[in-house]
Amino acid sequence: MAYSPHTDADRERMLAAVGVPSIDGLFDDIPQAVRPTSFEIPPPLVEQEVRGELARLAGLNRIPEVSFLGAGAYRHLIPAVVWEVIGRSEFATSYTPYQPEVSQGTLQSIYEFQSLICELTGMEVATASHYDGATATAEAALMACRLTRRDRIAISTAVNPQIRRVLATYCSGPGIEMVEVDADLAEGGSGLTPVEVAAGVLDDGFACLVAQQPNFFGGIEPMRELGDAAHAVGAQLVAVVEPVSLGLLAPPADYGADLVAAEGQSLGIPLSYGGPYVGLMAAFMSAVRQMPGRLVGATHDVDGRRGYVLTLQAREQHIRREKAASNICTNQALCALAATTYLTAVGPKGLAEVGELSTVQARHAAASIERAGLGERRFSAPYFSEVAIRIPDAERRHAALVEQGIVAGHPLWRDYPQLADTLLLAATELTTDQHVERLVDALAATK
Amino acid sequence: MSIVERPASPGDPSGRGAAFHSPPGGAELGIVEPLIFEASRRDRRAVRFPKASAHAREAGQDQPDLPASVLRTRAPRLPEVSELDLLRHFNRLAHLNYAIDLNFYPLGSCTMKYNPKVNEWAARLPAFAESHPLDPDALAQGSLALEWLLAELLKEISGFSAVSLQPAAGAQGELTGLLMARAYHRSRGQGEQRSKVLVPDSSHGTNPATATMVGYSVVTIPSNERGGIDLDALRAALGPDAAALMITNPSTLGIFEDQIDQVIAAVKQAGAIAYMDGANLNAILGRFRPGEAGFDVMHFNLHKTFSTPHGGGGPGAGPVGVSERLAPFLPGSLATLADGDPDEVRRNAWAGRSTPGARFALEADRPESIGRVRMHTGNFGMFVRAYTYIRSNGAAGLREISDDAVLAANYLRVGLADAYDLPYDRICKHEVVFSGRRQKRQHGITTLDIAKAILDAGVHPPTIYFPLIVEEALMIEPTETESLETLDRFIGVMHDIAQRAVEDPESVKRSPVSTPVGRLDEASAARRPDLRHTFAQDGD
Repeated sequence: MAYSPHTDADRERMLAAVGVPSIDGLFDDIPQAVRPTSFEIPPPLVEQEVRGELARLAGLNRIPEVSFLGAGAYRHLIPAVVWEVIGRSEFATSYTPYQPEVSQGTLQSIYEFQSLICELTGMEVATASHYDGATATAEAALMACRLTRRDRIAISTAVNPQIRRVLATYCSGPGIEMVEVDADLAEGGSGLTPVEVAAGVLDDGFACLVAQQPNFFGGIEPMRELGDAAHAVGAQLVAVVEPVSLGLLAPPADYGADLVAAEGQSLGIPLSYGGPYVGLMAAFMSAVRQMPGRLVGATHDVDGRRGYVLTLQAREQHIRREKAASNICTNQALCALAATTYLTAVGPKGLAEVGELSTVQARHAAASIERAGLGERRFSAPYFSEVAIRIPDAERRHAALVEQGIVAGHPLWRDYPQLADTLLLAATELTTDQHVERLVDALAATK
Repeated sequence: MSIVERPASPGDPSGRGAAFHSPPGGAELGIVEPLIFEASRRDRRAVRFPKASAHAREAGQDQPDLPASVLRTRAPRLPEVSELDLLRHFNRLAHLNYAIDLNFYPLGSCTMKYNPKVNEWAARLPAFAESHPLDPDALAQGSLALEWLLAELLKEISGFSAVSLQPAAGAQGELTGLLMARAYHRSRGQGEQRSKVLVPDSSHGTNPATATMVGYSVVTIPSNERGGIDLDALRAALGPDAAALMITNPSTLGIFEDQIDQVIAAVKQAGAIAYMDGANLNAILGRFRPGEAGFDVMHFNLHKTFSTPHGGGGPGAGPVGVSERLAPFLPGSLATLADGDPDEVRRNAWAGRSTPGARFALEADRPESIGRVRMHTGNFGMFVRAYTYIRSNGAAGLREISDDAVLAANYLRVGLADAYDLPYDRICKHEVVFSGRRQKRQHGITTLDIAKAILDAGVHPPTIYFPLIVEEALMIEPTETESLETLDRFIGVMHDIAQRAVEDPESVKRSPVSTPVGRLDEASAARRPDLRHTFAQDGD
């Protein structure tokens, strides 16, 4: 074994103490009928060799020189200090803080995380985190069902399709019905969720309306009006948000969100081909006992020192078993720590700057493509850092650009057949003027 | 001995406190480390960003502006600190944590083994870390190849015919497994009829909680006097309404179900799905392959058996392996070998070579798939670590992992048998469950007291009060990476506490005295929840 501390002499001594003649004697309880007939695993590699193998595989990836790909996962600067903090053994190689006296580092950092998410969203309570934005959204929607004792969920089609798919899976468990609210994707349309369509779908059988701000196409939704439509029938508004945008955009509590869910990858977490990421969820204190997942609370020790513990665990599976609010057992503590460190590193000004730079470059890219006559914005609504653009013969041109190491955004027609030839282009603070120039030049060259 | 030597904070006569002196405001008795918010000073900065060019701004001027009504009117009160202040804060918090990399962590059921550093090196390779999940397959051949190869290895390790890497954690693997079980029954017209999930009384709490999430009712099956599942009770419960049995093997008592072949046969005969909770796979690598033995589905905990770091409570990864009959229902986004001969590609990869002409792709969702359980293909960063770990160990190394893990647990079983009650006195697997009932009844020392006394010895306590069927349970899992000296020291610590329970019980009840904080008031934390920082200007 690569990491065994045991010498043969150690093993002999332990076997003698246990009183079995050989290691095999420890496995006599495995019935003969079910012992393995095969175990064809390649031979062990020493560090030098295994590095070679991993470098070989990594070498098969091509990281594009220019990428306007976002669609729910974004390439942002990860400050070196964030890598430094999450790399520390004391955080990375600890486990769930079941023994709070020796876990104050993890516990306090989660309390800070919860505080930061509350501050960004304007909500009163945030969980210690979830697997990703999609599962956080699904858990929030199911929580709305418990709170309202209703079993239907409405969700805008302008919510990230991946989130909608995960929500559908989670709804299929307890038999919750999920009804889609069609966004305005018509020619010349806004790309937003029409309030009257949402109001037409909703009735007093619905637990919540799920809408995203900015929506999947980058558009700014009429969240307050959508929330009003939900509240009019006693349903809740579940706002799916992008945390980086909250440096500039109004916090969801301001427009009447009852529950907030988000993908937190933008906050200092590497793209890493899709994970691990971190799901954020926030609510009001009146709903706290229906929240799924871990919560950390402040308290004091026997001598009056401030300290932190896992709390309100009576909601959780290890206490409540089949009556738990969710089966969730872990959170994504290390990713939450990355987010906490990131938000601390950039501060309120930095977060606003990231949002502004991203927005400026998205506008720059859209305007440059339009001005060059290469394409046009597909939707009329104001957008944040992501924009849908129709480009004739987009599939071929997108593929041609990939060959040159340029990813011209995310093809929308795969999830939205009515959005033929439409690409979703995302910018971040790492997008430069040169990137926009190269994109436009390359598109022009594929005419 | 304490975990980390800590000079006392000025003003704190107890000797507790932060590892280093805290900044002004944090050194007084009462605060070990201030909140980062309390260190914030207006206009202090850490990371800065460039300015957008005038060209970029002007170019976009004709685009629709964000309406003022959607903008913030007040900046969020994120901390404003210098980079050094930030680093010191989090480093000081790190000093308040216990971790595998500091000392022994025998937390039962969690497999707190060494997390190799070369795994971290691999996960941080820029070509992996910067790989976008929606990148065209042509740009992500390395990520896809790694996922395909890892799935191949997990299939061989477990004996299952297909694997989905998507579930983000063990509990999500369970959800995936039960959704597939239900989809299977529905495909045979038995969806309504099969409404119950059978769960042994020794199971993890996630099992019954998962069953509820899928709309099943839970039937608890008792354990027999030997710690195994009661086969007669199981057979009696396996009626036409049984959808699945969820069983952990080895069980949470650390005991291999020595009638597992009969358990599987009974489940199959009843037309139900046999689900194995793979939390304890670390005990049986190369010794038992659940898929080959007849199980239909199992989740792997990559953060246990395959050494990915626990991260203070995640991220983990909970891939599922399935039998032929559940494969059509696997959740989406599977990496497949689109072009190339699988045998050749595997052979080459095992020899460290790429195969010319091989092409990997993301498979379209299967028509009968249960859907997606999370975004993208899963916790890829964990896949890189697990793949690195399996390749580092090879077949012989994987077998030896289980051999040594089981040997170490049995060594502790024998070494502690005279000091603590052993409800199931038989060969165990990777963990052993003791009971503190003797200490409680005779000396008034609870298992919680024992755990806190272990903290004062500089060791992390075992899992306590689980499994629920053992009174005052102490669940000890040493793992294979702890040396004999460490195991002997732990035996010494446990004997010492048992002796003090007899001779000086008050000293045990006072524990812990050497940790950064003492016992915390959990009752008041739950009664009056304080779940976030309150700013001074709140309530203005």
